[in-house]
Amino acid sequence: MTLTETIETTSPFTGRRERRRRETAVTVVLLALTATLFIATMMIGSYWLKPWEVVASLLGIADDPSVDFIVRDLRLPLAASGLAVGLALGTAGIVFQKLLANPLASPDFVGISQGAGVAAVLSIILLHLGAVAVSFAALGGALVAGALIYALAWRGGITGYRFILIGIGVSEFCVALTGYVLARAELFDAREAMTWLVGSIGQTGALQLRILLGALIVLLPTAVVLGRWLSVLELGDDAASALGVRVEVARVSLLAVAIVLVALATAAAGPVSFVALISGPIAIRIVRTGGPVLLPSALIGASLVLGADLIGSHLLPVTLPTGVITGAVGAPYLIWLLATVNREGRGG
Amino acid sequence: MTRETHQLQARDVSFGYGGADIVKHQDVDIPTGRVTAIVGPNGCGKSTLLRGLVRLLKPTSGEVLLDDESIQGLRSVDVAKVIGLLPQNPVAPDGITVADLVGRGRYPHQGWFRQWTSEDDLAVEQALRVTNTTDLADRTIAELSGGQRQRVWIAMTLAQNTDLVLLDEPTTFLDIHHQVELLDLLVDLNRGSARTIVMVLHDLNLACRYADHLIAMKEGVIVGEGAPDEIVTAELVTKVFELECQVVPDPVSRTPMIVPLGRHHR
Repeated sequence: MTLTETIETTSPFTGRRERRRRETAVTVVLLALTATLFIATMMIGSYWLKPWEVVASLLGIADDPSVDFIVRDLRLPLAASGLAVGLALGTAGIVFQKLLANPLASPDFVGISQGAGVAAVLSIILLHLGAVAVSFAALGGALVAGALIYALAWRGGITGYRFILIGIGVSEFCVALTGYVLARAELFDAREAMTWLVGSIGQTGALQLRILLGALIVLLPTAVVLGRWLSVLELGDDAASALGVRVEVARVSLLAVAIVLVALATAAAGPVSFVALISGPIAIRIVRTGGPVLLPSALIGASLVLGADLIGSHLLPVTLPTGVITGAVGAPYLIWLLATVNREGRGG
Repeated sequence: MTRETHQLQARDVSFGYGGADIVKHQDVDIPTGRVTAIVGPNGCGKSTLLRGLVRLLKPTSGEVLLDDESIQGLRSVDVAKVIGLLPQNPVAPDGITVADLVGRGRYPHQGWFRQWTSEDDLAVEQALRVTNTTDLADRTIAELSGGQRQRVWIAMTLAQNTDLVLLDEPTTFLDIHHQVELLDLLVDLNRGSARTIVMVLHDLNLACRYADHLIAMKEGVIVGEGAPDEIVTAELVTKVFELECQVVPDPVSRTPMIVPLGRHHR
């Protein structure tokens, strides 16, 4: 018996096509929003530029050395950093949350960012390293923290619950160590370290930016392709393996991609808080179909970071780093999440 | 995509979760094209056996054979095209609609870069139809009742379009009305398309009614196997469940019916 024989007429429900159309529309709108904020970042400053001047300079179609200097040399690195850091955090956040089946399980809560933080603070205060070396230390710290959590949580497999608890433990350990080192530091070093810890796309160096952009070109498409696994893994391990997914391989690969993205983003800009936590849930609410949200989440991450930088640099009476603005938006969300998540029964 | 018939067996298999084996050196032959129920007291290893048969667990001894080939040597997606499983506690992602959830059952039939095809549409549609959930297609899972939800999960397993369908306690959390409705549906599936059904069931009387073949387990060992009216006796039930009882013919289906003898009714 074949399926085509048993069904003569075609689909009575058109829901799938409508949902796909909605998902595409949301992605396109978010893409436009991200592009707008990206260009706006390069327009606004002590000398305002028109949007087409920015675009023309970026594409190399106009020849105005002073505009080129402002756009390419002064403002593009900042805008590119905001874009890249946001994309990386937005992607990594949703991968963690889906994989560990918990909206609280973002990389800045399970110890990855704190691992980067303790390594950066140690290298600033104890070793007096320069900016490039500090970000490599942060990269190492994040990767070590990720590997440590994974190794400690491993019991012939990984459960989301254990990963989160051990992650929180590692996170607390890193925070305690960071605090101790800060308390013993000279005032000047401590200020420098604190500035790094707040997180700002303004502190991204050219080399770190290039590494992050290079990694994104490879890892963002990889994450989107591996997202196919996510859509089955989120049904639970048993259902996923019964559908033919090799659960451990899938989980290790996805976690590795996400950890590397967070590590590189943190190395570039410091731990810009809450972006990884809130991008995914916002994406899920906007898309609303239960369909794939990786790309929307990445774009929301980029919009959040670029938007936070615009607000922090231009809209307020004092200039504030990106991390302060994202924190101010993210903290109320976290409180709301903590208040509601366990009521839905999936908070673990 | 004609479904072929496949044979599932196990030779001398043991399964465990790292500690002592839960299922100990058992041989199993699942009758092709029939409905099999695995019964036994809590903790007897019936779910473990089921999970092992669909290779969610690696045997600590022996092997599971799919058409005489060791299932461990086959590719995961190839196994998933032949054996489907409805696990005990599947998780529905937030906000997902019924049609989308059922569509995820198509995973083993899709490639990395292959888009959703009309074949997938047909499979989902048929799965919805036979489980009587077509009207729910555009609803979200959160809006459904327990009975509807369970039918949707079965639809997802059916969309996988496998010859063998395994179900781990599919009637748990359902009231008696929905239990009977669900078991009727499974028998329909078996009769209508010759699918082999294997399910873990708690209710012995319903198992006797609906299964062609019964596997009774105790402490990781199969203690009785065969057609319900041939093997279900008061002695077997006493041995398996440590419960004194009488076995009488079910007034409706004529299959064995267990009447427990509690301390107050002897």
